[in-house]
Amino acid sequence: MIERDEFRSIAENGVWKQNTSLIQILGLCPLLAVTTNMVNGVMLSLATILVMALSGVAVASLRNFIPHEIRIPVFILIVAALVTVVDLLFNAKLHELYVILGIFIPLIVTNCIVLARVEAYAAKNPPLQATLDGIFMGVGMLWTLALLGGLRELIGAGTLFSGIDLVFPDLKPLQLLPADYPGLLLAILPPGAFILLGCLIAWKNWVEARAAARQQRRAAPVAAGG
Amino acid sequence: MKKKDPTAVTMAARTAVILFVFVIIFTGLLAGAYLWTKPALEASAAEEKMKLIDEVLPRSAYDNELLKDTVMLPASPLLGNDEPTFAYRARKGSQPVALVLEAVAPDGYSGRIRLIVAIAVDGGIAGVRVTQHKETPGLGDYIDPKKDKNKVRPWITQFNGLTYAAVADKEWKVKKDGGRFDFVAGATVTPRAVVKAVRKATKYVAENQNDLYASK
Repeated sequence: MIERDEFRSIAENGVWKQNTSLIQILGLCPLLAVTTNMVNGVMLSLATILVMALSGVAVASLRNFIPHEIRIPVFILIVAALVTVVDLLFNAKLHELYVILGIFIPLIVTNCIVLARVEAYAAKNPPLQATLDGIFMGVGMLWTLALLGGLRELIGAGTLFSGIDLVFPDLKPLQLLPADYPGLLLAILPPGAFILLGCLIAWKNWVEARAAARQQRRAAPVAAGG
Repeated sequence: MKKKDPTAVTMAARTAVILFVFVIIFTGLLAGAYLWTKPALEASAAEEKMKLIDEVLPRSAYDNELLKDTVMLPASPLLGNDEPTFAYRARKGSQPVALVLEAVAPDGYSGRIRLIVAIAVDGGIAGVRVTQHKETPGLGDYIDPKKDKNKVRPWITQFNGLTYAAVADKEWKVKKDGGRFDFVAGATVTPRAVVKAVRKATKYVAENQNDLYASK
């Protein structure tokens, strides 16, 4: 079983403290390619959550059988095999979902987040914790990619949720800015992703610096008194 | 008795064996998943193909297993194919009904336009659909009925019922070039390419019809 504190620290690490995109700066390749709109970013993240949870549980269960010297090739073998199996199963059993998520699943093989978490966490921790770590790392990626995709879409084309009709046929994308908004191509192109990602990282650092400063101020009188 | 430290050779041999075991296990897993999902994957690929064919030829028109009754078409300038493709032969009660084949228009505005054409045994076009194109969105993409603003009579349906023999060569053109086919002003390259490809495909079938239905 897992204690509440441990659960909290895993969740906190994944979603904020060790956020894959903002702190570890991992998996930029799919990040740039996919976050041209919010729906794509969310879909890629969902597929990643699934694969990270599975590879976490697989590697953590096998961790005592994997010699240290050859751990990387074995990890790659496990991750690649799992992704392929997930891809096949999705296609065969959940075909409607596969049509939507399918193009993102093979992209995950090339995503170093999976290998990084397997190496840094799953190889040293029990299966349950490794699964949770995978899920929360994915959740961290999910909100970051959703935010980045939403911003790029809004600045680049003035819409939000474009492509949602592919996932839910009844829903329509929102046109937030006036229809004659000329669009800003830069935001849609990869450099726009880099610039906005930089802004997001700066924002996160600012939030943390403020929190740290507040804590210091609260601690200061005590120090003066002592 | 003290255990000896492993030498480099035994160490290497041991890790090699372990790695080998992992490779066997996970390759086995992959092979198992592949074999287990193969029938379902093939069925859904066939289903997708049938959905496409349904657009050009209704299922009520034939009663054979269309995807199994194929004939190979060698690369031909009339079809625009670089590699051999398959034609599907629709039959009803062993009587030939129609041929469904692929055609490529090599001269679209931006690259090739892939078409699927159904031609009835009397030579009449039963239907044409675009399966793949890169034409300008909002301009040349009206060749795809899903993008065509005219929902009542989409552009691509004007081929229906025509035969190669009944339309003179100079009529197989868009109206701008003196032919009989509509086009949308500002995007003539695209329909021109499609008309040409459909004409050549019907010509190919008209010339080879007997062989196509007869060959095994």
